[in-house]
Amino acid sequence: MSEPQHVVVVGGGMVAHRFVEALRERDTDGRWRVTVLAEEPRPPYDRVALTTYFTGRDPEDLNLGEAHLWADPLVRLRKGVAATSINKDSKQIRLSTGETLDYDHLVLATGSFAAVPPVRGTDHRGCFVYRTIDDVADLRGYVEQLRADRPDRVVRGLVVGGGLLGLEAAGALQALGAESTVVEFAPRLMPLQVDPAGGEALARLIGRLGVDVRVGAATEAVLAKQGAVSGVRLAGGERIATDVVVFATGVRPRDELAREAGLPVGERGGVVVDGACATDDPAISAIGEVACVEGAVWGLVAPGYAMAEVTVDRLLGGSGTFPGADASTKLKLLGVDVASFGDAFATAPGALEVVWSDSVAGVYKKLVVSDDAQTLLGGILVGDAAAYAALRPRVGRLLPGDPSSYIAPESTGAQVDSADLPDDVGVCSCNNVTAGAVRAAVAEQGCCSLTEVKACTKAGTSCGSCLPLVKKLVETEQRRAGIEVSTALCEHFALSRAELFDAVRVTGLTSFTDIVDRHGVGGNGCDICKPVVASILASLGSGHILAGEQAALQDTNDHLLANLQKDGTYSVVPRVPGGEITPDGLIVIGEVARDFGLYTKITGGQRIDMFGARVDQLPLIWRRLVDAGFESGHAYGKSLRTVKSCVGQTWCRYGVQDSVAMAVLLELRYRGLRSPHKLKLGVSGCARECAEARGKDVGVIATENGWNLYVGGNGGFTPRHADLLAEDLDDETLVRTIDRFFMYYVRTADRLQRTAAWLADLDGGVEQLRRVVLDDALGIAADLDAAMEAHVSTYSDEWRDVLEDPEKLARFSSFVNAQETSDPSLQYVLERGQARPATADERVAAARGEVELVDSERRPVVIAGDRIPVRS
Amino acid sequence: MSFSRVCALTQLTPGRAVAALVHGAQVAVVRVAADEVYAVGHHDPFSGANVMARGIVGSTTVDGEPVPTITSPMFKQAFDLRTGVCLSDPTVSLGSWPVRVVDGQVEIGPAHEVPRTTDEEAS
Repeated sequence: MSEPQHVVVVGGGMVAHRFVEALRERDTDGRWRVTVLAEEPRPPYDRVALTTYFTGRDPEDLNLGEAHLWADPLVRLRKGVAATSINKDSKQIRLSTGETLDYDHLVLATGSFAAVPPVRGTDHRGCFVYRTIDDVADLRGYVEQLRADRPDRVVRGLVVGGGLLGLEAAGALQALGAESTVVEFAPRLMPLQVDPAGGEALARLIGRLGVDVRVGAATEAVLAKQGAVSGVRLAGGERIATDVVVFATGVRPRDELAREAGLPVGERGGVVVDGACATDDPAISAIGEVACVEGAVWGLVAPGYAMAEVTVDRLLGGSGTFPGADASTKLKLLGVDVASFGDAFATAPGALEVVWSDSVAGVYKKLVVSDDAQTLLGGILVGDAAAYAALRPRVGRLLPGDPSSYIAPESTGAQVDSADLPDDVGVCSCNNVTAGAVRAAVAEQGCCSLTEVKACTKAGTSCGSCLPLVKKLVETEQRRAGIEVSTALCEHFALSRAELFDAVRVTGLTSFTDIVDRHGVGGNGCDICKPVVASILASLGSGHILAGEQAALQDTNDHLLANLQKDGTYSVVPRVPGGEITPDGLIVIGEVARDFGLYTKITGGQRIDMFGARVDQLPLIWRRLVDAGFESGHAYGKSLRTVKSCVGQTWCRYGVQDSVAMAVLLELRYRGLRSPHKLKLGVSGCARECAEARGKDVGVIATENGWNLYVGGNGGFTPRHADLLAEDLDDETLVRTIDRFFMYYVRTADRLQRTAAWLADLDGGVEQLRRVVLDDALGIAADLDAAMEAHVSTYSDEWRDVLEDPEKLARFSSFVNAQETSDPSLQYVLERGQARPATADERVAAARGEVELVDSERRPVVIAGDRIPVRS
Repeated sequence: MSFSRVCALTQLTPGRAVAALVHGAQVAVVRVAADEVYAVGHHDPFSGANVMARGIVGSTTVDGEPVPTITSPMFKQAFDLRTGVCLSDPTVSLGSWPVRVVDGQVEIGPAHEVPRTTDEEAS
């Protein structure tokens, strides 16, 4: 194969990332190698989500591109390197490092810079723009410094510009604990997206959230004291005091490289390109916000992605052209939904408007339709944009039924039947995915879930606003293909786990027979529904998990309160709360393990696992452990496992809180809590995070002022860092918040769905979770609190209860007719001073006398006569 | 070989199995309903461990007919309690034993279907 050609991408933003991703996906023969010059010292990141930086996400969380994309041998990402000039004739560019780079094709993806209006004083300390991670990091640092310097008063912030970005910035200031004011020159907020009535609704909603909105106001100068911002003066002379000013007055294409190279630029900037995204020089393309395509510069990511795809297509010999774009947007600004799509301002001749406005509820919805009210032309949704996903793809198409039904209260647009959406309709505008592509992913490529369709088509992977629609399409298509689209638990229950949980909670049934009769579809259950019912009953506090009929529902681990191992024996894990154990406790565990010949290992959850216990030995082992003060560690249950902790401030030089005490408190509070999957917690005593708390379902990290709470972390097969839920909580609020998080999860998650996956599936994600558990948006907090209180107050040790109950103890026998005989097939090899199960090969070798085995009593195995005495 | 008595019917919890030794063979004895008792092999052919009596007992529908099942606690394969045959791989069987209840006592006779595995197994 010939040497690959070299394409150089100038710029390392979202569009550059999409270009590389698309090229590597489609250029399967390796015809091109690509170098990306990223001016910022980091890989491409999700600039659209920049504001989430203020709600505690790490900057790294915003990174785009799986690690393997940048590790691809045909991809070279050069961070912190800019291009300084282009030589079209020699096909070379000069870099900020002084190097010269040859290219076969050059792609300009330099994006935009934030424009600062020509007013006086914009160079004072405390003036910021809102464009890059560094911008927002500087803003954050400045506000935090002001708060630290003057703890006695609230920091005031002011945003110049009431467009999309300005409102984002106002939200960011609020997230930083600053008061915020928005000053907009136009007579309303978001003048490019919403009409006057929509702007008014938006201003009212945002005003309720504490943002001071000033429209029709021109900023004349930034005022300062000793070089630091102290206020702004508006035209007309009014002064507004402020400590910080953020300019969000639009962006300008960064076309200077192209200008200097003599490439044509548009009237208002932007490198002029044709439908193929090629400039005047066929070896140079421009894509994204720097490109002026068909006379327009697009400051949105979706058209930029489309240009990236077109350019890749052309490099590979295709004939793709820029399909055009529209300015449709759906956003959540300061928690307020705003969407605008199609001909939002009803500019088409004869266009009619259908409006629903409720200023009490803070909702404004408008549809624009053709003069015969048949065709949807556009719309504006403020305060409730649930219908956006269903409506936007229908722009320019017939709208079945009465238009007003789509914007009536409580309408989610669901009545728009996704089944009749034509295949060529775009559903995901960020990634340019059509309804047909989603259907094909199901019907032809065999995707069986929304997750798989997302991975396959990229639909819904950017802003996510189309996900409800994509989900409906996937389900409809699956149904059409005869695939059961079912949330049914198993063949015995048509309900999902969450539905069954509610059903059982409401009917109060406590036996499987009654539950399957009432809520099921018949049959005697199976290994899926029986443990789920057992878990639900346990979560609802229906007594000991082995009481009465419940015992028959349990998987073997819960049935024998121990963990099944590969040879049919079990492991035993006593609870060691927070990983804190006395020397006497260690000695007891050591003695028990030695006396029963158990293999011991320290677990990742900071406790000790003892392996190789036979069923009949379990009660004897636990008698000793319970007498010494130990209790069940629930290592066998879908329930709380451990709360891992670092040693914390009591010993550690760096600790700022007592992480061990908190870990012990939490472990004792949630021990025995049955849940859809196992639960793990971590508590770290300082930001060094030695307890690896962010890899847990609940991570608690000490701060100077209290505790930061993270949720939805996961180790295992798909590791995931937990998301920040709340900051600087006191002990009481921390515990209450975890209580609600756990109970909400226990009630609504799917079977075997860990918190990470549950949170990923939760509509509205961590924001929604915050509303439910902190703001009680669903009005269920008191109920969740009571449920957890009931759990805590009725907890008792499962093993102690078993030892006191002869009926339960009777289960722990080897053979019903030969209780003194244990499984003769159990054979072990001694290795590194302990016993472990013999392999098949070792058993064969032992028969030839080549390997020595021991039995489950750790006595040498005698290789003759394998008859077992039987009592008859 | 004749039937041998393993336990009283009342010792068996409906919907749960126990292990028994019958002429040297490890057998899982399952009481499904009041008077419906089955015996299949205790040896799990997929894991090689003697654990079947600790599996979950239930039912499934095959060709419109209800089939009583037991599921291996190790890797979750389901077996037909009446024959011992694995539902997902009919070449594998736990083996099955005839059961009768005489004077409230559960008795198990000589195996009428011996355990089968597809692969060579050493144990």
